[in-house]
Amino acid sequence: MHWSRKLINRLLRYAIVVSTLLMLWKSLVLATNCSRPILVVLSSDGYSFYNLGDLFFVTNYPADPIRTGDVVVFRIEGRFIPIVHRVIRVHEREDGYVKFLTKGDGSQVDDRGLYPVGQLWLEREQIVGKVKGYLPYLGLFVILLSNLPLVDRLLSGVLA
Amino acid sequence: MHSFLSRANTLFAFTITVLAVLTTGVFVSTFFEEYRGTVSIGAVRPIVKHMTDFSANRKKNDLGVLQLTLDMDLNPLFDWNVKQLFLYLVAEYVTPANTLNQVVLWDKIVRRGEEARLSFHEIATKYYFWDDGEHLRSNNVTLSLNWNIISNAGRLMHVRANGSTSFVFPDQYITSRTASPKPSGQQ
Repeated sequence: MHWSRKLINRLLRYAIVVSTLLMLWKSLVLATNCSRPILVVLSSDGYSFYNLGDLFFVTNYPADPIRTGDVVVFRIEGRFIPIVHRVIRVHEREDGYVKFLTKGDGSQVDDRGLYPVGQLWLEREQIVGKVKGYLPYLGLFVILLSNLPLVDRLLSGVLA
Repeated sequence: MHSFLSRANTLFAFTITVLAVLTTGVFVSTFFEEYRGTVSIGAVRPIVKHMTDFSANRKKNDLGVLQLTLDMDLNPLFDWNVKQLFLYLVAEYVTPANTLNQVVLWDKIVRRGEEARLSFHEIATKYYFWDDGEHLRSNNVTLSLNWNIISNAGRLMHVRANGSTSFVFPDQYITSRTASPKPSGQQ
């Protein structure tokens, strides 16, 4: 076989593997209605139940309301990394508008210091999803991988 | 063939496989467990104050103050897949401004191995009971204890315990000038 045909063959095989993984990921995003269905824990405070490298499974179904005690993932404007904390207050109006207050388990004070200046409550759009499941240690591999700058950039490009 | 590196590699792969099977086993064996239980909750001397909420919108909101008496035995909940229990007491009520309000008044982390038979007598709430507005007077509030099962591997379940209780706040504010109501029922 000509060397160029071998090369194209090899490239196509790699492309199939990569695109299958990508499609699996995107299908998971669709199935859970959540932009980040699997999260790796990057840091933990003293009293939290999660450690570095744990995996969270997150869903975001609109028919699954967020109530106190739920562990939610939310995004603050201006910060890239989402925060995973527990909801401690819920106030829902008759017209459906609902607002939340969150707090980290190990913290004495609520998260109002984390929200942008002037914002007192979290709104539904800022919540990426609810944590539904948990697997320990599996994310360590992803963290190790992400220390390589090429992998890191690739992942951010794909997941953004 | 039997170099150090190939043996280390085989050993590592085997360890990971065993751990994966164990984790799956732990997850599957407790998947249908419901983790129900019964607790006893008492709300003692509820009063309402009207004060400026400096942690929120700096307006005057209603602040509910009460003491809690709690009794529970959590030992039956700890199976091999439970790492920790996160207990939280929720006050739920309705106001003209909001059809659903939930406020966490108290929480506690109970780790596996710690004392699981808990009893608290007339303790203060851990967090302030601020309303989003001023509608706590004469309001019927339901207190319920919930636990979040934090497993070694598996779903993060939230279970409401049997044994919720309700109480009604008085219809007058307590200001700093009036004496607090005595336990012998001056309401």
